[in-house]
Amino acid sequence: MANKTMEGGQAIIKCLENEGVEYIFGYSGGAAIPIFDALVTTATKIKFILVRHEQGAVHMADGYARATGKPAVVLVTSGPGATNTLTGIMTAHMDSVPMVVITGQSVSWMLGKDAFQEADIFGITMPVVKHSYLVKESNDIPRIVREAFHIATTGRPGPVLIDVPKDISAGPCTADLHAEMDLPGYKTDYPLDKDTIMAIAEALAKSKRPLILAGHGAMISGADESLKAFAEKARIPVTNTLLGKGVFPETHKLSLGMLGMHGTAYANKAICECDLLLNIGSRFDDRILGKPAEFCKNATIIHIDIDAAEIGKMIQPQIACVADAKTALDELIKHVPVLETKEWRKHLDDYKVKYPLKFKRQGSLKMQHIIDEFYKLSKGKACVATDVGQHQMWAAQFYKNDSRYNWLSSGGAGTMGFGLPACIGAAFGRPNDIHACFVGDGGFQMTFFELATAALHKLPIKIIVLNNHYLGMVRQWQELFYEDRTSGVDLEGNPDFVRLAESFGIKGFNLRRPGDVKRVLQNALDYNEGPCLVNCEVEKTDNVFPMIPAGAAIEDMLIEPPTRKLEKPTGST
Amino acid sequence: MLNTDKAMHTLSVYVANKPGVLARIAQVFARRGFNIESLVVSPAMDGHFSRMTISCSGDPEGLDQIIKQLSKLIDVVQCIDHTFDETVMKEMGLIKIAVDAEGRSEALQIADHFGCKTVDLTATSMILQVVGDPAKIDALEEMIERFAVIEFVRTGKVVMRRGQDLT
Repeated sequence: MANKTMEGGQAIIKCLENEGVEYIFGYSGGAAIPIFDALVTTATKIKFILVRHEQGAVHMADGYARATGKPAVVLVTSGPGATNTLTGIMTAHMDSVPMVVITGQSVSWMLGKDAFQEADIFGITMPVVKHSYLVKESNDIPRIVREAFHIATTGRPGPVLIDVPKDISAGPCTADLHAEMDLPGYKTDYPLDKDTIMAIAEALAKSKRPLILAGHGAMISGADESLKAFAEKARIPVTNTLLGKGVFPETHKLSLGMLGMHGTAYANKAICECDLLLNIGSRFDDRILGKPAEFCKNATIIHIDIDAAEIGKMIQPQIACVADAKTALDELIKHVPVLETKEWRKHLDDYKVKYPLKFKRQGSLKMQHIIDEFYKLSKGKACVATDVGQHQMWAAQFYKNDSRYNWLSSGGAGTMGFGLPACIGAAFGRPNDIHACFVGDGGFQMTFFELATAALHKLPIKIIVLNNHYLGMVRQWQELFYEDRTSGVDLEGNPDFVRLAESFGIKGFNLRRPGDVKRVLQNALDYNEGPCLVNCEVEKTDNVFPMIPAGAAIEDMLIEPPTRKLEKPTGST
Repeated sequence: MLNTDKAMHTLSVYVANKPGVLARIAQVFARRGFNIESLVVSPAMDGHFSRMTISCSGDPEGLDQIIKQLSKLIDVVQCIDHTFDETVMKEMGLIKIAVDAEGRSEALQIADHFGCKTVDLTATSMILQVVGDPAKIDALEEMIERFAVIEFVRTGKVVMRRGQDLT
């Protein structure tokens, strides 16, 4: 079906409609004007959300994608508009988030000539995208947009960038809007190897102390129901990664919660003691391995991952299965016997009793107290975004997730400033759910300008600022490993966050005393006129435990604050 | 020739002929600190594709990861390590030496031994063209050192599997 002549920019918008796009998050600029004009001239139903900074747009798109499972779209201009997306794109890339980022570009004949607002964004982003395009012909637009969505959403998802010179978005496009894709090097079929599945089933049958490690890949695959059925049938305990929160109900009796550097003691002990580890869709991140050479060294390791490059990257498994997690589990469940794990489960349950996650509700106000109370008041149903640092780890520990798409956190990249815009994006995508973000005073100030976006659209999000006036996680490392020499972590000069919120027309609450936690949070939950912010003045120098020092073996986990002097960690972060 | 050199690997990468593909491939090596020793890029039989022959050295685990990461690139159709395959491996070299009538016959003798062609000859210089496996070109380089070598340019090696197997 040939398309009657339209401008390239109009073709872009029409193609986005064909992909089912509801929202575009972005910021206008000179080189992108033809595309912005097309938003008007095509009379599209796609809603454009004007943000306050391009990084905010990408994190919003990221939050939208994580909360809905649908690909998200960003539209910005060239030069600094494009480079401002870089942190957001890298964040999405590290966490396999499907996203299409469209950047305006100088006119084609000025490429490489240092034109005003020209940046080689195609080159700059190359290491942090799944794929990218520099469009050279207006008639290539339909094919490229279609390929971009296909690549972003299939296999291991990720961000795709389309850089569109201004003469291309303004030039005539007569190509069929449903153009054929041309991707000879990209394969999306992952035929399941039956012999491998049988080998996994046999290994499981021999195991006395099996453990499932469920990661983000299982979530992306939509394997939550399959995983639950599988774990229940075979009676295997499950631990999840930070980004795997919700793929298996964390309140389930087989759940050990999150493992890793600040995971539960019982999950980490299970890793040390299991005789078989079935990893479903986790990339064996360095924050869960501790010391790779010591990791699960007495266990049979099985790795199911859709990305062949993850097999053997960090840990060499005895059995590798390159497959979609759900497809693999749905086949595996047919062959796995009911395992005799009663003793093993009892053993782990004893650990749960002996080493629970804990904090004191009395004394100074604790972040854990606030998160735990919010979890109870919201009945665990909120879609929770976090920033990065101590509060993120406590949120992971105390805000249990029982269903997928309700945990938005920058795992791989550890991007401060992610929480607020991600929460806003999620609220656009799922207007009928409760949305909250836990942010530290550090990360919040990196993107708080998006309060304007939240206020403008009256999104009833709950912004919970866990304010310790410190960059707490770094301060914790300095206290534990650098003889308490704090350096570059004191956030003196913070604004009054409640008055800041009020200046945007946002309702603000202060929370200072443990006795007020329930009342203030309930007020925040009941406030639905628009966004509200709770400034929580918390204990300044609390530390997150359990903790496995970076690069240390999991056996060396600190469950309680240490009484001895600690060596500097050998791992990176 | 069965290549048993574990340190040096020869990869054949078949790619869609799209903009940026070489940069993406180079980044896979650069990010992991691998050095590319030689790289030959040329159009494949089907003009939509290109063939790259890449020689590189490094530890086997790192190389395994590089092959997987290369295969993962959207524009890469396949990436094969031919290090341990039965292959024909050839490259071409051009050597320009300063030589006058006095040394010419000795130079031509060496050239003849290595099957070189004389592709340029002046009163004071000559260019020899040599084709062969990299070891042969290394040997020629050593032999010709007695003359004043002005320039030495090698193409980098290309590889093809022996018999019916595809590269």
